[in-house]
Amino acid sequence: MLLEGRDITKAHGTGEGRVEVLRGVDLAMRPGESVALTGESGSGKSTLLHILAALEPADSGHVSLGGQDLGKLDDRGRAALRRRDIGLVFQQFNLIPSLSVADNLAFQARLAGRHEPHRIAALAERLGLTSTLSRYPEQLSGGQQQRVAIGRAIAARPRLLLADEPTGNLDEASADGVLELMRELVAETGAGFLMVTHSERLARRLDRRLRLHAGRLA
Amino acid sequence: MSGAGQSPPAPPSPTDALFRPVMAALLSYWLRQPLQLLTLVLGLALATALWSGVQAINAEARASYARAAAVLGQDQRDSLVPTVTGGGVDLTDFVRLRRAGWRVAPVIEGELPPDIGRLSVLGVDYLSLPPPDATAGEAQGVIPGEEAAPTYERAFAAPETLATLAPTARAALPPLAPSDMLPPGLLLTDISVAQRLLGRPGAIDRLIVLEPPAVWAPPLETLAPGLRRVAAGSALDGAQTGGVGRLADSFHLNLTAFGLLAFAVGLFIVHGAIGLAMEQRRGVFRTLRALGVPLATLIAALLVELLALALVAGLLGVAMGYGVAATLLPDVSATLEGLYGARIAGGLSFRPVWWLGGLAVALLGTLIAAAGALAQVVRLPVLAPARPRAWAMASRGGHRVQALAGLGLLAGAAATARWGAGVLAPLAGDQPGRLLAGFSLLAMLLLGAALLLPTLLGAGLSLGHRLTRWLAPGPLREWFWADTRQQLPGLSLALMALLLALAANIGVGTMVSSFRQTFTAYLDQRLAAELYVTARSDAEARAIAGWLAGRADAVLPLWRAEGRVATPAGPRAATIYGITDHATYRRNWPVLTALPDAWDRVADGTGAMVNEQLWRQDGIGPGDALNIGGAPLAVVGVYSDFGNLEGQVLISPPPLRARYPGAEGRRLVVRAPADAVAGLTARLRQRFALPPAALIDQAALKARSLRIFEQTFTVTAALNALTLSVAAFAIFTSLLTLSQMRLPQLAPVWAMGLTRRKLAMLELGRSVLLAVATFLLALPLGLLLAWVLLAVVNVAAFGWRLPMQLFPADWAILLALAVVAALLAAAIPVRRLARTPPTTFLQVFAHER
Ligand SMILES: Nc1ncnc2c1ncn2[C@@H]1O[C@H](COP(=O)(O)OP(=O)(O)OP(=O)(O)O)[C@@H](O)[C@H]1O
Ligand SMILES: [Mg+2]
Repeated sequence: MLLEGRDITKAHGTGEGRVEVLRGVDLAMRPGESVALTGESGSGKSTLLHILAALEPADSGHVSLGGQDLGKLDDRGRAALRRRDIGLVFQQFNLIPSLSVADNLAFQARLAGRHEPHRIAALAERLGLTSTLSRYPEQLSGGQQQRVAIGRAIAARPRLLLADEPTGNLDEASADGVLELMRELVAETGAGFLMVTHSERLARRLDRRLRLHAGRLA
Repeated sequence: MSGAGQSPPAPPSPTDALFRPVMAALLSYWLRQPLQLLTLVLGLALATALWSGVQAINAEARASYARAAAVLGQDQRDSLVPTVTGGGVDLTDFVRLRRAGWRVAPVIEGELPPDIGRLSVLGVDYLSLPPPDATAGEAQGVIPGEEAAPTYERAFAAPETLATLAPTARAALPPLAPSDMLPPGLLLTDISVAQRLLGRPGAIDRLIVLEPPAVWAPPLETLAPGLRRVAAGSALDGAQTGGVGRLADSFHLNLTAFGLLAFAVGLFIVHGAIGLAMEQRRGVFRTLRALGVPLATLIAALLVELLALALVAGLLGVAMGYGVAATLLPDVSATLEGLYGARIAGGLSFRPVWWLGGLAVALLGTLIAAAGALAQVVRLPVLAPARPRAWAMASRGGHRVQALAGLGLLAGAAATARWGAGVLAPLAGDQPGRLLAGFSLLAMLLLGAALLLPTLLGAGLSLGHRLTRWLAPGPLREWFWADTRQQLPGLSLALMALLLALAANIGVGTMVSSFRQTFTAYLDQRLAAELYVTARSDAEARAIAGWLAGRADAVLPLWRAEGRVATPAGPRAATIYGITDHATYRRNWPVLTALPDAWDRVADGTGAMVNEQLWRQDGIGPGDALNIGGAPLAVVGVYSDFGNLEGQVLISPPPLRARYPGAEGRRLVVRAPADAVAGLTARLRQRFALPPAALIDQAALKARSLRIFEQTFTVTAALNALTLSVAAFAIFTSLLTLSQMRLPQLAPVWAMGLTRRKLAMLELGRSVLLAVATFLLALPLGLLLAWVLLAVVNVAAFGWRLPMQLFPADWAILLALAVVAALLAAAIPVRRLARTPPTTFLQVFAHER
């Protein structure tokens, strides 16, 4: 198993404002598998994704990535895991505004110690970003920015790519293009791919669909 | 720990591989925001410059004092001085001492006549006390053409002193050689040469004890009863040097306080700039953390970044500080010399310690200014919202805490004013205790007021808002007030800096102007007579008085003795004057408080007037009996006495001479028609061959005193201007950074039909409004500051209290300056706003989530 979660619970807030978002989530993913995570707004999709990405700890339960128990890691260990094994794409604000597109693309790979200039050049080509390499994020359209974020995640060769509504800001055609790219790249590297989406249409194009409802996966 | 399924090509090396890209990502921010970088560096550099400039001046002065004290090792050698003030050492006494086994060297000192140059002369016996580098001088530094002069005929002076000598002065002096060991303004010669230069052949002022007397040598009392032994360090006219030391210390303390204030104002800028940079990079921090940068690495990188910036700014600042010091030093040295007779070098020397100190202060200041922002980064959750909040948007609770802290500090200031000296006195001795209380009072006052400022301004703005709604309602006007209020948190740091700068300006300006005006009036009172004559002996004084009798309106002999008076705290050194009763005193003397018949009682020998110092510091006032020279006299009045640290008593000549048989009567106070003074002076000089210094005409003396004052003024004015410009810079940077965040707030108003021009004008108006409001709050604060300086710090440091005077014209000028500063500060951001292309406004809506 690439990713395993058992009986994950998580609550936000304290006292009266306390919301039990996840109430015992179980899931498992194999390498190379692509999974869509759907659910109503506020159902806890982002929360679950953050836990799987080692951004936030679960309140209870067990999460392991490639056999590594996330619960046993400190800040340094979780950071190392994110750096080397996880690729993340959010809905927006993914990029470092003061770095050029080229630098943004190479950034995580450099952090992970896997910087291969040829590969990044090839990726930029695939993503249609070659002409924008020396520009800055603010000079790109929303779709272009998302493609940079995807390229950055893929370039670091993660074992698991996690994306939270990566196409939420894009029109249908761009969204399809971006998703297609992600699927292809993931397939090439053999990584697992979990994507949160509201769109049934996009969800249908992945291997498997999970639905979060009332704090559990269905 | 990565699984076997995938083998990464290059194994991640631990910190280095992480650190470099993180560092690059952080630093890239500054490349994209050069203006912000400039603000930060310049703000820190300005702060460091003012601080280290003042320190450089202080260090230079201290070095000069140390050199002066160490001339010929006088700081380590005892002296024998005449027991009677003004008397000299008898040549026979000297010879007897030498024969009896006392190893002593004769010394004469005095001031050269001004037509040769403003130089002190110290004459020593080169045979028993060789000049510091007589031999070295022969080897290297002797002035060309003068090599032939024998050493004992040579005079030595510091190189900078030699450089300022006029050719005419050189002609009048013996062959000169430079010596680094001597303080500025001092000429060292053999005693025979000095006696000739000073016109006092055969005279000896005191003896330096070179070695302890031989065991078999008879004691001093039997050999030379007219001499007493003074311990090392206090040799040079004990009272006077001690006084100079303390006065000069106090001056330096004031300078240091000013430097510290300026540095604090500068830190406000740095704090703002760093806070902004952190806030704007929240998104970057989040991304970095999400991509797997450990918190520790992020913090370390931020620290490295800050320290690198601080280092650059610090170097720049120290260099600028050097410039500030070099510019101000001549004025400072003139002030010190004029006010306190302390001479310091006019040039600045290079001191590595001082450079390092300046750098350390810059680094420390940066860390202090950044502490809050760094703590926030530490607490920042990995998933913190990426969008920067409005900069420094303090919560309402934070405001309340700040205001409460401000009130607490003001209460502390009030308590210190009331009880501070009493509480602190046992800790630090009486006088330093009072000084310490004074300065803590200043600090609490300034900081407390600064912390209260945002709350007060906020209240003022909502009042304005309400009044507008009530008196002249209109959507745009109301929006203006509300929007100004919304800007307050982002501007409050800069406005605090402005408040401090303005208050310091008003406070110090009021103090100096009050001082100046009081001092001028005081000079008019104290120097009521037209001419002051100092003869070389009592007999000569009598002869001069006789000659003047038919030629002047009045000739009033003035007697003088150095003595001790009994105070509740023990005996205190004081100068006792015997004055001849005359309308000159009765009409003009600056009496603070007196019994009705005070002058009559002084005249008939039953009363004494004391100076302010004895009154304020020792509590001796009218009605008390004062023990002077062993017998009591009734104190009948108190007069003000600026520029003096010591006690002073006025009585009539008979009781003075009864108590002090050795009192000298060399001085004459002469009244004459103003147009006759010049003629009288010339004839007196000719008739009695008086040196120029023996005759002082009142007009010249006043002119000199005022010139000294103007120099003091220059220094304060320069520091004031610098502090104000630092504050203006703080406003500029805040406005500039705020303007970058203001688009989302302005875009809706623009969309509703307000032109960019109109928006820009409103922004200018806002800036002026806030500056004026801050000025209105700075005014009472500055006056309070002046009061503390005049009534607390001055009394503690000098023993005199100055009446505070108000100078509304100065305030008007300062207000105008503040408005101009605000306008200038707002100009660039507003120009930017006026030129913002409409598409940029539209983007605000496109990016709205
Ligand atoms: N930091 C937080 N503090 C308190 N409550 C939170 C926090 N973050 C999320 N929540 C709450 O937890 C619940 C789940 O939020 P989450 O963001 O995971 O939902 P989501 O499924 O991703 O929604 P959406 O589809 O709108 O993105 C929501 O009710 C939300 O209000
Ligand atoms: Mg979500």
